[in-house]
Amino acid sequence: MGYDALLQWLEATSVATTIRENELLFPWIESIHVLAITLVVGSISIVDLRLLGVTSRDRPVGRIADEVLPYTWGAFAVAATTGALLFSSNAMTYGHNFFFLGKMMLIALAGINMAVFHLFVGRDVERWGGAGHVPSAAKAAGAVSLSIWIVLVGFGRWIGFTLH
Amino acid sequence: MHIAHWLNVFCVWLDQTALSQAIQAAGWIVPTVQTIHILSIALVIVSALMVDLRLLGIIAVDQPLERVSARFLPFVWWPLLALLATGAIMIIGEPARSLQNPVFQLKMTLLAGALIVTAIVQFLTRRPSSREGAGRPRVGTYAVVVLSLLLWTGIVFAGRWIAYWA
Repeated sequence: MGYDALLQWLEATSVATTIRENELLFPWIESIHVLAITLVVGSISIVDLRLLGVTSRDRPVGRIADEVLPYTWGAFAVAATTGALLFSSNAMTYGHNFFFLGKMMLIALAGINMAVFHLFVGRDVERWGGAGHVPSAAKAAGAVSLSIWIVLVGFGRWIGFTLH
Repeated sequence: MHIAHWLNVFCVWLDQTALSQAIQAAGWIVPTVQTIHILSIALVIVSALMVDLRLLGIIAVDQPLERVSARFLPFVWWPLLALLATGAIMIIGEPARSLQNPVFQLKMTLLAGALIVTAIVQFLTRRPSSREGAGRPRVGTYAVVVLSLLLWTGIVFAGRWIAYWA
């Protein structure tokens, strides 16, 4: 099945049709989507700003990550689910929108950055003490993550302005 | 004269100002400002959430309450300046669609409530009694936390609904 055929199939599903034809469903799902994204971006920025040494310097990075990241993942699951529902309602249009595709790429990049951090840079995170030194590779990961999420929110907003 | 009349006069005047026309003409301004607005509310809502979770004894219980609030409350207050500035630009760009919009008016009411609740949280977390560890939170604390979360969530929802109420 080709890409366009897949999009057309998705758009024709009963879930997509229901969202498209109901006046209130889209804005409600979108509201939850925006709320979830603010939670994802806000919580990740707590970790990123700590890595960069801007905030919470008296608290070990590992502690902050443990207390914050479960909320990031929970909110991400909600954002992804609501995002998929919104996408389905107009799959052909979103599926060919530059900013939507860019947003998906940025999520992939954020995932790669996070995987690299966990597998290599952050392996000895427990040893970075309270006021201790954060390796520059970890600072770089924080800066990359922060930049990706800022641009991603911008792309998300631009989708709404480029659908026609 | 009725207040709605003067609000309408003001919106019509504002809409015709050079600044408003410039914002309407440059297509990139509104999405840029909205992006900064969303990023700022992200900092605010998560920082409020962190203090709320600490109040309930769910996170960072090894740290005194006032340390946690000193860590996060500045990130509730300061981004409000960016929210105010970007919000003002959106209002100038589309005065009637915002100021005369019942959802916008609801959002401002919720904001007033959220600011009061945040001030209460700031007061609660600075009392000497808050130095105790992770005791069972009191009923009043639960009420403040639930109210805080409901108000900030309502603000984000109302923000999105402004666009649909036309």
